[in-house]
Amino acid sequence: MSNASAQAGAPPWDDASIAAIRRDMLRFARMQLRDGGAAEDMVQEALMAAMTSAKSFAGRSAFKTWMFAILRNKIVDHIRASSREICGSDLVGSSEMDAGLEAFDVLFKRGGHWNPDDRPSTWSDPEAAFEQDAFWAVFDICMNNLPEHIARVYTMRELLELDTAEICAELGITSNNCFVILHRARLGLRECLENRWFQGESR
Amino acid sequence: MKMMNCKDATRLMSERYERTLSLRELLSLKVHTAMCKGCSNYGQHLDVLRLAAKRLREGGEG
Repeated sequence: MSNASAQAGAPPWDDASIAAIRRDMLRFARMQLRDGGAAEDMVQEALMAAMTSAKSFAGRSAFKTWMFAILRNKIVDHIRASSREICGSDLVGSSEMDAGLEAFDVLFKRGGHWNPDDRPSTWSDPEAAFEQDAFWAVFDICMNNLPEHIARVYTMRELLELDTAEICAELGITSNNCFVILHRARLGLRECLENRWFQGESR
Repeated sequence: MKMMNCKDATRLMSERYERTLSLRELLSLKVHTAMCKGCSNYGQHLDVLRLAAKRLREGGEG
């Protein structure tokens, strides 16, 4: 068999490959749908849709990218459908919003400067961290530590790559609210990663 | 415009992913991060968060 035909091959549907890709897809879906059952359903549907397609791929990473694109579309459809069922104001209630805001004010002193303990330190070689399973376990924990409405907006923006205008429309919030929520998500996620992973490096 | 503090700077560093900052905002942010190591680190960490999200989107760590 020539190299070319080996590379542009059929998707690897053996049990080990399915189990591995299912695990990664589930992690991606669970970050966005805290309902574990819904996440499993999305992944299941995406896998089945992919398996019935006769597409071929130039290598394993092209295949994985395609699988994740299918999953992404399923999740976007799901969020659109469910945000029509639940009124946006319930998803991002104003009292919940305020609670989310106050929680991060403790990072700063009265004058708006960093508390010494919370001042961001230098992270050495974050890309090396990406290669470690333990880092992604911490990342999961940190995403789950975010209040649900904040995590939802953040994952719509960063994992599903919806733009702010679309997120606002889906959730029925103003773009300014959206900016504030994304800012809080970044503050919280960064703080958590620093405390649980990067801490101990030079300040 | 009052001197920018870290709270304002972190907000603008987040918003620059969402909208185009005004020249005034950009310049005062630049002046602040030049003086403030914490906020300068913060800006780099937001880029790391971006890269992490990209990894996850593309099929993750595997």
